[in-house]
Amino acid sequence: MYQVGNLVRELSDKHGRVRESLMPILQGIVQKHNYLTDEAMVEVARELDISAAEVYGTASFYTFLETNVKGKYVIRVCKTITCSMKGKSDIIQTLEDILKIRVGETTTDRQFSLVETNCIGWCHKAPAILINEMPYTELTPEKVSAIIKDYMQK
Amino acid sequence: MENKELTKVDLIFEKIDNTEVLKKAFNMTQAGIIQDMLDSGLKGRGGAGFPTGLKWKYTAAENSPDKYVVCNADEGEPGTFKDREILDRVSNKVHGGMVIAGKAIGAKKGIVYLRGEYRYLLPKLMPELEAFHKLIKEIGFDFEIEYKMGSGAYICGEESALFESIEGRRGEPRNKPPYPTVSGVYGKPTSINNVETLVTAMMIINHGPQKFISYGTKDSRGSKVFSVSGDTPTPGIFELELGMTVLQFVDEFGDGDTKAVQVGGASGFCVPRKKFAETIIGFEGVPTGGSMKLFNSSRSMYNVLHNYLDFFAEESCGQCTPCRVGCQQLLKGVEKVKKGEAKSTYLNELTKLADTMKIAAKCGLGQSVGNAFKSIVGNFREEIIY
Ligand SMILES: Cc1cc2nc3c(=O)[nH]c(=O)nc-3n(C[C@H](O)[C@H](O)[C@H](O)COP(=O)(O)O)c2cc1C
Ligand code: SF4
Ligand code: FES
Repeated sequence: MYQVGNLVRELSDKHGRVRESLMPILQGIVQKHNYLTDEAMVEVARELDISAAEVYGTASFYTFLETNVKGKYVIRVCKTITCSMKGKSDIIQTLEDILKIRVGETTTDRQFSLVETNCIGWCHKAPAILINEMPYTELTPEKVSAIIKDYMQK
Repeated sequence: MENKELTKVDLIFEKIDNTEVLKKAFNMTQAGIIQDMLDSGLKGRGGAGFPTGLKWKYTAAENSPDKYVVCNADEGEPGTFKDREILDRVSNKVHGGMVIAGKAIGAKKGIVYLRGEYRYLLPKLMPELEAFHKLIKEIGFDFEIEYKMGSGAYICGEESALFESIEGRRGEPRNKPPYPTVSGVYGKPTSINNVETLVTAMMIINHGPQKFISYGTKDSRGSKVFSVSGDTPTPGIFELELGMTVLQFVDEFGDGDTKAVQVGGASGFCVPRKKFAETIIGFEGVPTGGSMKLFNSSRSMYNVLHNYLDFFAEESCGQCTPCRVGCQQLLKGVEKVKKGEAKSTYLNELTKLADTMKIAAKCGLGQSVGNAFKSIVGNFREEIIY
């Protein structure tokens, strides 16, 4: 849970309070808090003067607008064909071992979430993942462990 | 059958004086720019291949004070990564193409719809855009570009779903007609083009249509950027003249053991080795937005098909039944055949389903699932069954 009132107002001041402001506002909340709580969506609905169902209906369409608890760092592992041919399973295995969670789960300290995603546009450097916005490519189990350990230090 | 040698070309990333090209465009008439596009024979680089000149002409003909140029940078097709590279390396040319399109159709506003997966590019793109805005103002253009971000939905690359998303709604494709040229984003006449199409348009203004026509074939003019991945010693981005055969392509990029090439991504076609020599890459053969995936004989084509079907089942927007249910059934169907829970003749039933989807699905996603399904099942039936 997080307090969202001020952020929603700030984002609405920046992006406006019309229907087309909805996506940038939701994206702004996710950038800061990693996922959308019910309270956040109700707050956005109030700010834009639309129904909360509209907000939820829109958010739930987009995989990056998460409506379930997510950690500070969301690790998205590409599972599309080239990455899958080039060792995606080993990357998942390594991440599961280090983080002690399975795909779809979040660490108890709410630092990391591990999910799979579709092609992220780095097939020539497969396997590839995103950690929040940052792409990491040409991964090996060693490389990905080092990257995650760096994030653990942050 | 016209066919060309495999030739590398350097137009998209070529270093040019942006200011000069934009000044040139500024001094051209609306009709002059459109005529150059028509003469060049340029077809859209996003996959569907609609003639760019016609699209601009239709949008120009609409009588509306508000029109839009939209740049489709959603690049979600598995195996394409060229638009990311183009935006990263030559964003000025993308923005330049938008200004030129704006002049041609009479629009003052441009929107780039960038997929959420590429958000990391924004810190670089925003200062570049700011400098660009300054430049075009000095030249005299009245045009402004803004960026809208996607949030992880392949279907938002479909033009009408993309408009819905920009407008703050679920990315569900609209009924057509009306076409975007009449009623696009915010219900206004809109010319929507792929990132690469816009850069190519700028290069046509720079060099003139004749140079562009000197590349490619009658049906597929010019060159285009290919995204090469899979079993290849040289994965990456290559600009090639259109009109080569798959065999020529494989000779250049294969690992010596290529058994199939998937041309055009998950929604494209699988070409097996025995058809390499006779298949031209282009609108007269297998069209492509640039995605070229090579598979060697160590790969199971069942896994390839399963991966694609899983992709479609997840990315279908679920709005229409043939696609929502069809994608699920195709996926479950091949699993059943593989496990021996259904007879191999069940594949014929699934093929009929894929045909039905082509006719009955509302948008290009559902309509093209059958491309990969039929070309993989048709050419690698044993691998699907055993
Ligand atoms: C499911 C689906 C996804 C699409 N994704 C993209 C995309 O990521 N990028 C793109 O340029 N066009 C995509 N298109 C094609 C667009 O609808 C549209 O035809 C294109 O942006 C027009 O630009 P062009 O004429 O310059 O190619 C997609 C179409 C469908 C049906
Ligand atoms: S064909 Fe598929 S993606 Fe297209 S509108 Fe129908 S359900 Fe949605
Ligand atoms: S298949 Fe993984 S980045 Fe494209």
